[in-house]
Amino acid sequence: MSAARRLLIVGGMALALLGMIYGGWYAVFAEHQELDGIGRSLAASFSAAAGRNAAVAQRALEQYRKLKYDYDRHVDVHGHWIGLAMLLMVLGIGLDRVSFSEQMKMLLATALVVGSFLFPLGVLLETLDHGSVPRALAVAGSALVIVSLAGVTLGLLRAETGK
Amino acid sequence: MNSTSSFQNTSATGAVRRANAETFAPMSARRLLALGGIGLILVGMLVGDIFAVFVLHQNAAKVGESLSVAAHAAVAGDANAVVGSVQSVGSFLENRGTKVDTHVHMIAFGYLALMLAIVQPWVALRENTKKEVAWIFLFGAWLLPVGVFLIHYVGLAHSPLEAIGWASIFADLGGLLVILATLGCLLGIARRFRQSQRPALDDVLLKDRSAAGRILLAGGLILVLLGLFHGAYYAAADLYRHEVLDYSLLSKMSIAATAKNAGVVDTALGEYGQLAGEKAVNIAAHAHAIEFGLLAMLLAFLQPYVRLRESWKRNWAWLLLLGSLVLPVFVLLELRLGLLAGGIADVGGGLVILALFAMWIGIVRYTGEIDAGYVSMGARG
Repeated sequence: MSAARRLLIVGGMALALLGMIYGGWYAVFAEHQELDGIGRSLAASFSAAAGRNAAVAQRALEQYRKLKYDYDRHVDVHGHWIGLAMLLMVLGIGLDRVSFSEQMKMLLATALVVGSFLFPLGVLLETLDHGSVPRALAVAGSALVIVSLAGVTLGLLRAETGK
Repeated sequence: MNSTSSFQNTSATGAVRRANAETFAPMSARRLLALGGIGLILVGMLVGDIFAVFVLHQNAAKVGESLSVAAHAAVAGDANAVVGSVQSVGSFLENRGTKVDTHVHMIAFGYLALMLAIVQPWVALRENTKKEVAWIFLFGAWLLPVGVFLIHYVGLAHSPLEAIGWASIFADLGGLLVILATLGCLLGIARRFRQSQRPALDDVLLKDRSAAGRILLAGGLILVLLGLFHGAYYAAADLYRHEVLDYSLLSKMSIAATAKNAGVVDTALGEYGQLAGEKAVNIAAHAHAIEFGLLAMLLAFLQPYVRLRESWKRNWAWLLLLGSLVLPVFVLLELRLGLLAGGIADVGGGLVILALFAMWIGIVRYTGEIDAGYVSMGARG
């Protein structure tokens, strides 16, 4: 097994485990509480509106916005870590069909693994810090994945066309 | 010297063949994972199709209705009716969410099972241990989605915990079993890397360059790329705008309800429904393009074990790719074309299921001719 293939398969399995463990932790310790909070804040906002209390209604909606923002990201992180992990493993299995040098394959594999880890991590950090650093991390991670995957596709098409 | 070398080569080839013959034998770990994985994907897709046709739109309408009742109750100053309606929204959303999760987890575990099936030769564990790991994986992979599906119906009945019911507990147990089985495979692979004199693998799945396999691999990779591009575009252009809009429309409803302005509430409700539709179709198109691309790539590696005529294997490959493209494209067009596009998207999903079922039948029919080192002569379509 080449080093690049090993990196993709082992990195992919490790990332899948990370995504599953994170998902398990989230389902047990955070998801139900977050969903309850979303429902409660929405109910509180409309109830306050019924009582003609605009300030309380807005505060409750602000709470809803924060919880919904975090909930969407927590679910996305779980899904993307596992989804990208599976992509890494499949690419690892098929890497010998990519017509590039071992060095180039290693570069693409490294970029794929790093990008697949960083992109959901950036999304997760957005729940802790609303600044631009987590967002930049997510964008950089996803860009790494897309560019390196385009490279792998090119290498596969090169092999198919015999160039 | 030559005869010794020749004997050693023959022995080595024989050993490899014997090793390979074990890899897809009936009830072997690889076969269990491959057939179990495709079975999970097929059932997951059927659940998704049934959900899309019979539950999704009806459920979305009920969510909209309940939200509307809550907003109008707020306009009328009826706080009790507000709480009841918001609870209904929560219940409908939970119903929807658990069904989506059932569909998604079945398919994701199916993909993981297929991947573990393909990497089995690299897992340095005894065949019996591998079989046990495969059974644990498959048991957990069924337990989690079944548990998730039941969450809406079981609720918190007889639960020892405040926020988590029995169905959730069993679902989490299923997830734990999947994690343990995957960890077992990872340890097996690590063990193989540590072996100083590991034999070279001669795996027919990795060597295959058949037309059907190449079509699926290239088509799948292109689908994944298209899905990633769409996801990146959506994140850059619409995601944050949609999040701001979600909050501002609810805020508009709340303020209008406080001021007893039913007209503004109705306008905001309409816009909120439109926004929910926009978000749903974009996320569904992104996820389905990538998932179908991954499925096509995985099936590319399993083609040697699909015992069908080559021309039929190519036809099923093209059909799977066609369905995989039609579904996300027409899901995106649902906002413009309405139910017609939804119907065409469902047909796309049906094509994927049909092609996948045909390949599953082909794998069930496989009787071991490649593993035994014979050239398949009698494969029929």
